[in-house]
Amino acid sequence: MQELVNIFVKSMFVDNMVFAYFLGMCSYLAVSKTVKTSVGLGAAVIFVLIITVPVDYLMVKYLLAPGALVWLGPEYASIDLSFLSFIMFIAIIASMVQLVEMIVEKFSPTLYASLGIFLPLIAVNCAILGGSLFMQQREYQSIWEATSFGLGSGIGWFLAIVAIAAIREKIRYSNVPAPLRGLGITFVITGLMGIAFMTFMGIKL
Amino acid sequence: MAEEKEPMFSPKNIKLLTNPINVDNPITKQVLGICSALAVTVKLEPAIVMSLSVLVVLSFGNVIISFMRNGIPSRIRIIVQLVVIAALVILVDQVLKAYAYNVSKQLSVFVGLIITNCIIMGRFEAFAMTNKPWPAFLDGLGNAFGYAWILVAVAFFRELFGTGSLMGLQIIPDSFYEIGYVNNGLVLLPPMALFAVATIIWVQRSRNKDLVED
Repeated sequence: MQELVNIFVKSMFVDNMVFAYFLGMCSYLAVSKTVKTSVGLGAAVIFVLIITVPVDYLMVKYLLAPGALVWLGPEYASIDLSFLSFIMFIAIIASMVQLVEMIVEKFSPTLYASLGIFLPLIAVNCAILGGSLFMQQREYQSIWEATSFGLGSGIGWFLAIVAIAAIREKIRYSNVPAPLRGLGITFVITGLMGIAFMTFMGIKL
Repeated sequence: MAEEKEPMFSPKNIKLLTNPINVDNPITKQVLGICSALAVTVKLEPAIVMSLSVLVVLSFGNVIISFMRNGIPSRIRIIVQLVVIAALVILVDQVLKAYAYNVSKQLSVFVGLIITNCIIMGRFEAFAMTNKPWPAFLDGLGNAFGYAWILVAVAFFRELFGTGSLMGLQIIPDSFYEIGYVNNGLVLLPPMALFAVATIIWVQRSRNKDLVED
């Protein structure tokens, strides 16, 4: 249990997707103009991550890892399909995103309209695929650890995008040098926030 | 082809190649492919390898998509594009693992993340789906170069000031260290990549007023 909490807190703050690995930057920069849409996108990312990471975990464990096919029979023990992991992950992610899109369209048409093109683009959000790839690389021991990692990194991404959206709403009233307006100043703010998040780095969990 | 062929390097095609390097740069203007640009720029070598991988995937992917553009139903085009990208990335990943294992280890998940590199999807959507293979190839090359020079520029400064070396070779002489020069460890930390890109954007936009956002 303690291990699960550790992974959760670690993936949320210490290994924050945005500030430590720069994952999901494209939608992070493009959708963070208002708090409302970024809350919606952040929630969608949490939802997709919490489904895809455990599903991909099962995929790795029973299909892709070296010797994973042993449950089919002992003669399959030497098969290593791990080179297929990229294509399997992306297929699962794309279908999950399709599902989320249909759910959002049904239950919240306003959110659906405001997210626009960025909802299908979650499929190519690096944070989602990155979550699965890190999960594979760090070799989590059980599906619960994988789920806790997915939830933690989703919430970390959510916090990051809501925070930057709040700052961008305020900074609109500031006198930023013209060439830095928009993209440039957002980079600088993200960098400063990244430095702030680095204070978590020394924490050993 | 019966119709009158455009010369291979007509002015329009040259523009396809040169525009993304400066005014229409994928990173500083189109806001595509930021994630990997920031994460692999601590050292010069992985940055160069990453740029080459993106170059291969983007230009060949553009050509493949452009050949298939009339056969792809628009409803499932995203998944078709993803499969093409994923197949190319698997090839690149396997080649890197075979011939450049150390760099492949340093890049870790970022080779796989070329799949979700927005540059590639973005150029497929914006260009390859509506253009012939040759211009698509040039567009891919141009955008990959635009991406590459930002990566290399950022990596150059970060490695030079962070470790005093380039490509692993020491550049700043020992005599500098003896009179008190110290490597700037801050440059190696992730947030500095953001400041470096912001500086490039600042310089580029103050030279070219058309790019300024209001």
